Amino acid sequence: MLLEIRDLRARAEGKDILKGLNLSVNAGEVHAIMGPNGSGKSTLARVLSGHPGYEVTGGSITFDGKDLLELEPEERACEGVFMAFQYPVEIAGINNTYFLKAALNAVRKYRGQQELDAVEFMQLARQKAKLLEMDQAMLNRSVNEGFSGGEKKRNEIFQMAVLEPRLAVLDETDSGLDIDALKIVSNGVNALRNHERAMLVVTHYQRLLNYIVPDFVHVLTDGRIVRSGGRELALELEEKGYGWVEPETTGARK
Amino acid sequence: MTQLAERHETYVSAFDAFKRDAAFGRDALASARQAAFDRFISRGFPTTREEEWRFTNVAPIASATFERAPEAHVDAATLAKLSAGLPADTTIVVVNGRVASAARGLPAGVTLRTIRDARASELVAARPAGGTVFVDLNTAFFDDVVVLDIAPRAIVREPIHVLSIAVTGRTPILVSPRLAIVAGEQAQASIVESYATVGDGVAFVNATTDVHVAPGALLDHVKLQRQHDASFHLGGMFVRTGRGGTFTSQAVTVGGRIARNDIVSVLDGDGAECTLNGLYVAGGEALVDTHTTIDHAQPHCPSHEVYKGILTGRARAVFNGKIIVRQDAQKTDAKQTNKALLLTDEAQINTKPQLEIFADDVKCTHGAAIGQLDEDALFYLKARGISAIDARNMLIHAFAGDVLNGVRSDELRATAMALVEEKLGLPA
Repeated sequence: MLLEIRDLRARAEGKDILKGLNLSVNAGEVHAIMGPNGSGKSTLARVLSGHPGYEVTGGSITFDGKDLLELEPEERACEGVFMAFQYPVEIAGINNTYFLKAALNAVRKYRGQQELDAVEFMQLARQKAKLLEMDQAMLNRSVNEGFSGGEKKRNEIFQMAVLEPRLAVLDETDSGLDIDALKIVSNGVNALRNHERAMLVVTHYQRLLNYIVPDFVHVLTDGRIVRSGGRELALELEEKGYGWVEPETTGARK
Repeated sequence: MTQLAERHETYVSAFDAFKRDAAFGRDALASARQAAFDRFISRGFPTTREEEWRFTNVAPIASATFERAPEAHVDAATLAKLSAGLPADTTIVVVNGRVASAARGLPAGVTLRTIRDARASELVAARPAGGTVFVDLNTAFFDDVVVLDIAPRAIVREPIHVLSIAVTGRTPILVSPRLAIVAGEQAQASIVESYATVGDGVAFVNATTDVHVAPGALLDHVKLQRQHDASFHLGGMFVRTGRGGTFTSQAVTVGGRIARNDIVSVLDGDGAECTLNGLYVAGGEALVDTHTTIDHAQPHCPSHEVYKGILTGRARAVFNGKIIVRQDAQKTDAKQTNKALLLTDEAQINTKPQLEIFADDVKCTHGAAIGQLDEDALFYLKARGISAIDARNMLIHAFAGDVLNGVRSDELRATAMALVEEKLGLPA
C-alpha cells in the first residue's frame, strides 16, 4: 500500500471539514475524488501536502510506511508527494527554471542522488517541457507570473514531470481550462502514469475523467467518502448529480 | 539658546581651527563657508518636532563630539578589498573627504577637478531653498571636492567609481565628502559613488552630491553605502536635469546606525526624465531614512520611483516620497512605489507619499506595500521540496533583485546583491 488514510479529521478556520475519511491507494492506481463544493476535496489535497492552513485533529496518513503527518511540506515533497495546486502561486522575481532546478536538486539530495548541473538540468527540462507543449519563453519567466490559467496548470504538470513524484495529487487541475488546454494537461498527466506512480485526481466535474481515466472513483460528501466504485460511478454522478448520493449519506450517518 | 550654543561649541572651535587650513579657501569660498556655518549654528540639528525629521531622531549625532577627520592613509590591501567587484580602472579614492588617488587614465571626455582647480561655482553647493542643515554643515567643513566633468557628446561606457572611505580611530570623526557631477549636452556616463569605513571607531559621514544633467545627456548613478554599523551617514543629493536629459539613480544602503538620504531631483526642461530607485537593508537597532523629492518643473516629464526595504531585528525605516508637479508641468507622468519587507515583529517603517500637484493634465500614481514574506509563496516553494530556509532566502533575493535589476552593469549588480546577502546572512 502506497497511501493509507485512516479516519482523517481536519479543520480550517475553526470549522471541521474532514470528518473521518478513509482511503487506500496502491502504486500504479489512479483514484478520482469527486464531490460537491465544500465537501472537503481540496482540503484533502492540501492536508496531504502539509498546507499550514489546515489542522489535522484526528486519524492518520501513512505514505510508503511513513507517518506523513509528522513530515514538513518540503520533506513530503522529497518523499515523493506532489500536489498540483488548484491556484498556482505567482512568484515575482524567481525564474521558473531556477526554481525548478532548486526543487529537483533538493529532492535528489534528499534521496541521496547526485545534483544535476545547469546543462543536465536544461536537457531534462526541455525534454519534459515538450510533453506539455511549453516553450523556452515560459521556462524563463518568473514562476507563474503573468501566466494564463491554462499556462499555470501546464506549469504544474511540467513540474510534476520533472520531479517524478510517487504520489501526484491533482487539485482541480481542470478548473479554468478550455478544451485545448485540458487535452494538453491530460496528455501530460497520462504520459506520467506508470505502475509505480499513484495519482489522486480531485475534481468537481466528470469532464476531466474522459481524458484521465481513473481506476477508482470516490464520492466525497461532508468530509467523508460516501461511495466508491469504478469509472462508471463518475458517469452516473454526471447524469444524476451530487444530490443523488446525499440521501444515502444522511442515511449512513444515522 | 545657551544650550544650543554649548552643544555646537565643538563645531565652533573646529570651524575656527579650520579657517587656518589652506583647504578653507579665501574670498567667495570662505564667505560661502562662513554663511553656511552661521546658518547651521542658528538652525542647529533638526529635532523630531520638525515634520521632515519626525521619525528620525538625530540626537545620537547631535549629542556626540566629533573632530574634523584628519588626513589618513588606506593601505593597498584594504583598497583592493573595497574595490572588489567595482569598476577598478576608473576609481577615484577619497579618504576622510580628501582625494587620495585618482585613476591613472580617466576615460576620454572625463575631467577630474579637485579643490585645487575647481571652478568657483563648483565649490558652492547648488542647494535648493529649504535644503537640510546638513548641506550647510558640509559646505562649512568639506576638505576637498571631486568634480567629474563629462564633456558634451562624450560617451563614457565604463562606470567611474568614486570610493569614499572614512578611516576611523579612537575619536569620533566628522567626514564631509563632496561630489559634483556635470554631464554636458548629449553626454552619456555612469558614476558609482560608494561609501565605506575602515576601523571600528565612530564616523559621521556627511556627504553632498550635486548633479547637473545638461539637455539630452544621460547619466546613470549608483550609490552603495556600506559603512559599518557604528557609523552615521547623511547623504544629500541634488539633481537638476535639463531638456530631454535622463537621470537614473539606484541607491543601495546596507550600512550605518543612522543612514539618511535626502534626494531632490528637479526635472527642469521639457521631456526630462528621472528614475529614482533604492534598496535598503537594515538590522539591529539601525535607522534608515529616505526622503526624496521629484520636482516636475516643466511639461512632458516622466518620473519613476521604486524604493524597497528589508528590515530585520529592531531596525526602523522611514520613506517619504514627495512629488511636486508645478503649474506648467502639464503631461507629467509620475509613478512611485514603496515596498518594505519586515522580517521580524520588532522591525518597523513609517512611509508617506506626498503629492503636491498644481497642474491639471497629469498622471501621478503611488503605492505602498508593507509586509512579511508571502506565506503562499513560501508554501509553494516548500511543497516542491525546497527547504524552509532556502525558500525564505529565495523570496528575499527576489524582492531585492526586483530593484537591483535596474543596475545596468552586471558586475555592479552582483556586488550590490552580495552586500545585501552579507548584511542579511543569506547564502550567495
